[in-house]
Amino acid sequence: MTTVEERTEPGGRPLSRDELRSFLREMLLIRRFEEKVEERFRAGELPGFLHVAIGQEAVATGVCAALAREDVIASTHRAHGHAIAKGTPVERLMAELYGKVEGCSRGYGGSMHLYDLEVGNLGANAVVAGGIPGIVGAALAFQMRGEARVAAAFFGDGATNTGTFHESLNLAQLWKLPAVFVLENNGWAESTPASQHLPLPVEKLGKRAAAYGMKLIEADGQDVEAVYLAALAAREHALSGKGPVLLHLRTYRLTGHYVGDPQVYRDKEELARERATRDPIELLKARLELPDDDWAALDAEVTAEVEAAVAFAKAGTDPKPEDALKYVYA
Amino acid sequence: MPELTYREAVRDALRKALREDERVFLMGEDIAEMGGSMAVTQGLLEEFGPQRVRNTPISEMAIVGSGIGAAIQGMRPVVEIMYEDFLTLSMEQLVNQAAKHRTMSGGQVRVPLTVRTQGGAGWSPGAQHAQQLEAWFVHVPGLKVVFASTPEDVRGLLWSSIYDDNPVLFFEHRTLYPIKGEVPEELEPIPLGKARVHREGEDVTVVATGRLVHEALRAAEEAERDGVSVEVVDPRTLLPLDEETIIASVRKTTRCVTAHEAVTRGGFGAELAAVIQHGAFDWLDAPIERVGAKFAPLPFAPVMEQYVVPHAEDVYEAIRRTVARG
Ligand SMILES: Cc1ncc(C[n+]2csc(CCOP(=O)(O)OP(=O)(O)O)c2C)c(N)n1
Ligand SMILES: [Mg+2]
Repeated sequence: MTTVEERTEPGGRPLSRDELRSFLREMLLIRRFEEKVEERFRAGELPGFLHVAIGQEAVATGVCAALAREDVIASTHRAHGHAIAKGTPVERLMAELYGKVEGCSRGYGGSMHLYDLEVGNLGANAVVAGGIPGIVGAALAFQMRGEARVAAAFFGDGATNTGTFHESLNLAQLWKLPAVFVLENNGWAESTPASQHLPLPVEKLGKRAAAYGMKLIEADGQDVEAVYLAALAAREHALSGKGPVLLHLRTYRLTGHYVGDPQVYRDKEELARERATRDPIELLKARLELPDDDWAALDAEVTAEVEAAVAFAKAGTDPKPEDALKYVYA
Repeated sequence: MPELTYREAVRDALRKALREDERVFLMGEDIAEMGGSMAVTQGLLEEFGPQRVRNTPISEMAIVGSGIGAAIQGMRPVVEIMYEDFLTLSMEQLVNQAAKHRTMSGGQVRVPLTVRTQGGAGWSPGAQHAQQLEAWFVHVPGLKVVFASTPEDVRGLLWSSIYDDNPVLFFEHRTLYPIKGEVPEELEPIPLGKARVHREGEDVTVVATGRLVHEALRAAEEAERDGVSVEVVDPRTLLPLDEETIIASVRKTTRCVTAHEAVTRGGFGAELAAVIQHGAFDWLDAPIERVGAKFAPLPFAPVMEQYVVPHAEDVYEAIRRTVARG
């Protein structure tokens, strides 16, 4: 991987084959991780409930690759990819999903509350849009202290209908904060299609930036290189003092809203078409013209990593019940 | 000892923290040039500039939420919600985010945020500018709740709230801003979770908060004339609560009245009564009496407003009821 300095040169530049291959590896790791999580959930091993982001891996990978380690993110209920891409080891993530002390939130969080302060993950959030204002505050702290860092919030198309979203973007623009608002637009809010929750066409959702006078940067969320370059440009703009950016990425959710969702609301043909034409991993694999053995080796590598994560998690320590009260106050 | 008004005492704590600590800054609606709707932050913009005394848009969710984000990054923000009625607009960030980050992260995150707000009846603001909502927040693990009733307390407790590593809801009472009181020359921090015994007595304990501390002290004088000796305790911090001081007082006096301006039903008095009956059951000689507002949204017309909220006479009557039990 290149250094931050190289990566932030104005306008970015096309990525080398090696860089793209490393993106492919991470996206595949996220994919295999989430498939495994689905499998283990169905086997009854994981408590609670889960949302996977299968089909949206290029967003997590492209955006987080453009961020520096000292930049921070806030994530959503669909959080595994963001957490992996920001740098949390998969075994600590898996351990969290198993509710173990070794988990990235020590078993207190679960799938929708993945935290890892060390790598700048300020937490996934189970309240739609709940993490956005905190990112405004983090960006404010960076600005007040003169630190060259950005704060980025992930959220979906559904989240843009909340008052929280509006208040946060308005304030961030007013104070020209170094924030990037990553709109992960998959066209669905649970079972509700964009046509039923947005008063404007789904592909025009980025227009909301104009209401705040905010810089809008858009990219195809299924093309990791496009995402990465757009995120680099967004980061650069946010750091320049010109204010925050709405980074609008069109993507697609190739599975149900939650694991086990029968998806009665979704047209099977549409899904099949998207699966065949817009899977970000297949797109990148085809573009790289990866030889079969190379692909197989890559797959075997990440699959082994995920298996090791499951073994690590299963061998993990169960929290003591009374430790439930340990972190209520600092 | 110098005298300050309650308003000046709040300002004094803010000014000292702003002077001594770069991490401290203020955000809220109309707090800069105007000095806040209660004139508490007057003069601070001039001294500390617009970076550290920030007017915000009318965005209660973003005010609290950005305070949380800055706090997690190591700042010590003090945000102001103009009226506590408007806390309702920031409930999500207070209850789901500020209170829970630390536990949800398995202890990785600290949220040293102070949320100042004010409310209280007595000036006919109507139903949406005078509620007393402090009890709502006592129900939320992860928050701390402070309600000071005197200049000395408000100054020392605000300081401790700013320097607490947890989110603190800091309630001020609108009608107390002009009251004067002696304060130590130098600001003395008052630890959270410590009650103040305002007046010692033998027969009845009144545990009161906010404006009702002053009403309780008046009622105590009235009762004294009848030969009833009243102890008045102000918990000052509702969460965490100084159960020890309160229980010790009731064990001594054997009777108890709780008093606050918030509606009685589900109010903080209910929590106090539960704590006291458990800690002093064998000592109690009478049922615990609760004084609070009648169960109605605050009406506008002064006669109706005064009818709804409690006064010294209500505390006095409650004291009489407890001693009447023999
Ligand atoms: C404030 C709030 N309302 C409702 C929900 C229930 N809910 C969870 S996810 C979701 C849809 C969110 O849609 P979007 O923001 O587009 O994200 P996506 O699920 O598509 O990733 C809803 C309604 C919630 N978690 N929080
Ligand atoms: Mg969506």
